[in-house]
Amino acid sequence: MGNKQTIFTSQQLDAYQDCTYFTRKEILRLFHRYRDLAPQLVPLDYTAGPDVRLPYELIGSMPELKDNPFRQRIAEVFSEDGEGNMTLDDFLDMFSVLSEMAPRDLKAYYAFKIYDFNNDDFICRSDLEKTLNRLTRNELTEDEVRMVCEKVIDEADLDNDGRLSLEDFQHMIVRAPDFLSTFHIRI
Amino acid sequence: MPRHKLIASESDVSIEVEDEGKDNEFSIYYVEVEENFEGGKEKQATRDGKRRRVRNSEVGRRASEKRTTEAGNKKAEKKHDKRHKTARKEGEKHGRKQRRKNADAEEAEEESGKEKKNIKNERTKTLKLEDEKEKDVKKKRKKHVKNEEDDAKPEKTKHKDCHDMPLKEKKKKKKIKKPETISESESKSEPESQSDSDSESKDNPAVGVLGSLTPEELEKLKEAVDERKKLIATLRGKPWPMRKKLVVLRESQEFVEKYEGALGKGKGRKLYAYKVMMMKKWMKFQRDFENFKTACIPWEMKIKEIESHFGSSVASYFIFLRWMYGINMILFGLTFGLVMVPEALMGKPYGSLPRKTVPRGEEASAMNFAVLWDFGGYAKYSVLFYGYYNSQRAIGWLKFRMPLSYFLVGVGTVAYSYMVVIRTMARNANEEGGGDDTSFNFSWKTFTSWDYLIGNPETADNKFASITTSFKETIVEEQESRKDDNIHLTRFLRVLANFLVLCCLAGSGYLIYFVVRRSQKFALEGLEKYGWWERNEVNMVMSLLGMFCPMLFDVISTLENYHPRIALQWQLGRIFALFLGNLYTFIIALMDAIQLKRAEEEIVKKNMTIWQANLYNGTMPDNSTAPPFTAHPADVPRGPCWETMVGQEFVRLIISDTMTTYITLLIGDFFRAVLVRFLNNCWCWDLEFGFPSYSEFDVSGNVLGLIFNQGMIWMGAFYAPCLPALNLLRLHVSMYLQCWAVMCCNVPQERVFKASGSNNFYMAMLLVILFLSTLPAIYTIVTIPPSFDCGPFSGKNRMFDVIQETLETDFPAWFGKVFSYASNPGLVLPFLLLLVLAIYYLQSTSKTYKRVNMELKKKLQTQNEENKKKNKLAALKAANELEQQRSNSASDLGVNEESSSLDEAGHHRQAGQNGRFIHPSQSQHTQNSGPPVTSTHTTTRTPASRGHTSSGHLPGHPHQPQKNSHSKRR
Repeated sequence: MGNKQTIFTSQQLDAYQDCTYFTRKEILRLFHRYRDLAPQLVPLDYTAGPDVRLPYELIGSMPELKDNPFRQRIAEVFSEDGEGNMTLDDFLDMFSVLSEMAPRDLKAYYAFKIYDFNNDDFICRSDLEKTLNRLTRNELTEDEVRMVCEKVIDEADLDNDGRLSLEDFQHMIVRAPDFLSTFHIRI
Repeated sequence: MPRHKLIASESDVSIEVEDEGKDNEFSIYYVEVEENFEGGKEKQATRDGKRRRVRNSEVGRRASEKRTTEAGNKKAEKKHDKRHKTARKEGEKHGRKQRRKNADAEEAEEESGKEKKNIKNERTKTLKLEDEKEKDVKKKRKKHVKNEEDDAKPEKTKHKDCHDMPLKEKKKKKKIKKPETISESESKSEPESQSDSDSESKDNPAVGVLGSLTPEELEKLKEAVDERKKLIATLRGKPWPMRKKLVVLRESQEFVEKYEGALGKGKGRKLYAYKVMMMKKWMKFQRDFENFKTACIPWEMKIKEIESHFGSSVASYFIFLRWMYGINMILFGLTFGLVMVPEALMGKPYGSLPRKTVPRGEEASAMNFAVLWDFGGYAKYSVLFYGYYNSQRAIGWLKFRMPLSYFLVGVGTVAYSYMVVIRTMARNANEEGGGDDTSFNFSWKTFTSWDYLIGNPETADNKFASITTSFKETIVEEQESRKDDNIHLTRFLRVLANFLVLCCLAGSGYLIYFVVRRSQKFALEGLEKYGWWERNEVNMVMSLLGMFCPMLFDVISTLENYHPRIALQWQLGRIFALFLGNLYTFIIALMDAIQLKRAEEEIVKKNMTIWQANLYNGTMPDNSTAPPFTAHPADVPRGPCWETMVGQEFVRLIISDTMTTYITLLIGDFFRAVLVRFLNNCWCWDLEFGFPSYSEFDVSGNVLGLIFNQGMIWMGAFYAPCLPALNLLRLHVSMYLQCWAVMCCNVPQERVFKASGSNNFYMAMLLVILFLSTLPAIYTIVTIPPSFDCGPFSGKNRMFDVIQETLETDFPAWFGKVFSYASNPGLVLPFLLLLVLAIYYLQSTSKTYKRVNMELKKKLQTQNEENKKKNKLAALKAANELEQQRSNSASDLGVNEESSSLDEAGHHRQAGQNGRFIHPSQSQHTQNSGPPVTSTHTTTRTPASRGHTSSGHLPGHPHQPQKNSHSKRR
């Protein structure tokens, strides 16, 4: 442990534990995962809080994310600059939200952000189309996509403004039986 | 004390204001500003009034300060003494406080200097905050926190009053404040002029001392501290970026640190500080314990790896396996700690009694290698089996009640298993919630069908394919209810398939019965004449049936043409029936064997007396002084001991089952994979994608195997205390073996099923198996008298007599009396009746709840529909009006363009406060082009029907979305 402790001060570790759903060991493991992505970029000493961010290409190539059709969105949502370049803080944040321990509401909030491709705080038709095309790798015909989009909006849009707000989304997603089990990444 | 806090909060506000001033998006807010100017003025007025009041109460302050000075002086003296003695933290905290109090009263300069320092601190904090804020993209969120923090501060009661107002209003008010305060605060913060800060420090204390240390103030401070603590505790659940979380955490920790000591008075203060300290220690301990607990969970990484390769369903098997391992660990601990170890340590040693010695006839083969899987020889006459235990009531210097312990452990393992399984089921049921409502079919498919766990290209391909097909299926289903092509043929095929399956089941049952009977015949004739196959026929046949029948079922089920999910359920049900049938035929055959053994026992008993008589006759004349029993225990004739036989059967069954599992794993998975991989180069068709291909991991089959294995453990554990240990070993090995096999030679399933929902299905099966496996065990315990010469209950009429014996001898007489009264049928029957009634009552209430729930759901749905209709109507109306207006003012639209765009911009700024606002021209464009769509969100407001949606709000984010939508609709 003596060796590991020099990466963070114990206050830092405590603070991270307060801010994420991870234990001390997991935080250290995540740090090493983060560092393994680019050992030459990330220093082994984080006590001074260096400003390092890894480009999206590196983050997206993690085995946990590389097959995910929404990996770019995930990285964008959780990164501070909105372009997928992540600091260690963002990295921890991402996996904390996607961990098993995170509550449904928090997950729903971030899921909404992920599916909201154009960042306008609403999931509109174009967002839905993008989601569907990524989910099925463009194998649905345009008619089918259109129909599914209509159906989704018809089902979930409570205030009838033709798009899903965060409330609509939450209302819909909290009832989904599989949401919690599928919207999480183990690392 | 509140004064410091006050300053902090005051400067917080000014920071806030400054920030807002810098945000140029807010500076275009004039529309709202004008709207709310009145309110802002009002607020300003109240603020001024407050200050004035404060100044007026200067005199009162002086008086109160004097009081505090006196008290403070005394305290200071005490403190000086104390400081040398007492603990540093506490003392320092108090010391600082008291020093400040003294300073307050005695030297104004010192005070101001301190205040200056404070202000400086605050200023650095401000700068920090500003830095951080500039980086922060989501200003809205930030502000939200600020508001929370403000709320937390007692001085801000005014804000609390306007809590119910929409948050925006509050913000606007602050914005109003801006023009005046901005100049103030800027002039204060940029040049380091002391006079300014002095003036502020004089101003602020005046406000702060208003309620200096009054009970209400303290109460509020306490509240604020509690609020902060709560914030710290729930911080991880807030949807903020990490940097912000860290900052908030640090701030609130500082706040708590600073003011926690100020709470409480006199003696109470010490206690409070102590409490706080203990709380901190406790929190730290809890955190460490939590860390330790998660570190103790075994195989986490392995499972995670599998999960990422194969999705959640395969991982669910391994999690189930781990759970089972945990249960077996407990069962093993019980039997090992309370039965096996005491007997081994304190019981009579091996060879002291006939039951503890290998009989003469078996001695030659007692150390054979076959003992390892047969559990004959020395293993049979050891603590591993029932027969070895002595019926001596108390053993060793501890007076350990061996028979009682044996009985209670047997009961305890079953009871514990029931408890765990039922508890897990209840928890799972809780988590599942209402899943079978199809109102969001498409939405769920769209948003939850991707399994984020998948981290393997092959699995991902399969998942993409399955999602696509499921979409297509639902679309087709939605378009028209599926037409059944030739329903008669499918019906016929299904009936045929079920008939075939029934034939299989009956055949396997008969085969097992036949084999068991034959093995009894072999056993009667003596096993020595037969080879390995005859000895292990029963187990082998059972294992082979368990291996091949599921494959047969799989083939048969292709006839039926069910939906894969339903087909899986049928398949599971059939395998379940097969295993159950096999197990029960086995048990019935075992019962027959027990009867045979008991008949044998009778004969042995008779022979025993004859033998004893012979022994007397033979030895008495030679040596009259020797005790009557001189024969070596190995030579003493003994009964067959059916309990050990049963235990042995189960152990053998488990071992052969384990072996077949491992061998199938090796041959069916590993060798197949090796062949496919290496023969593929010189084969005439593609082996990898053609016929043999790689095997898939069969989740349901494996889970069923695990469940039945556990059933056998539960059944046999009473007669073979070693069974949990064996099972533990088996599970341990299979964990590693299967992990390896899955990772190296299986391919992901083509249809990736989700794990959720099936968990409770497995649990339900486990419960059924638990029940079914305890039935025979209980039956044998209750009805069959134990063997006369082996086991802890030898010599008793029934096994449970041990309880009565204990009651009579180890408890006072009155207890036994009470027990006998309590156990008479007149009391027991009403009690049972009561239990049944209670169950009935609970069940019916739960049913009612369910119904009410359904009704509520329906109501909600209809309400939603109604709202939708209403909205549509309103939208239509609005659209019509708009249309009319437009036709009226079509000519001068161009003139209005600019001004309206400004208005529009104001609106949209307001809507997109977090920096992502819609471009004015764009919004203008949309308004022109699509009147019905945009008019819904610009002209109409939803009626107050949104109450039900508010349940989905984030904990730390209660108002934001609503506010957003409100502003959109203005």
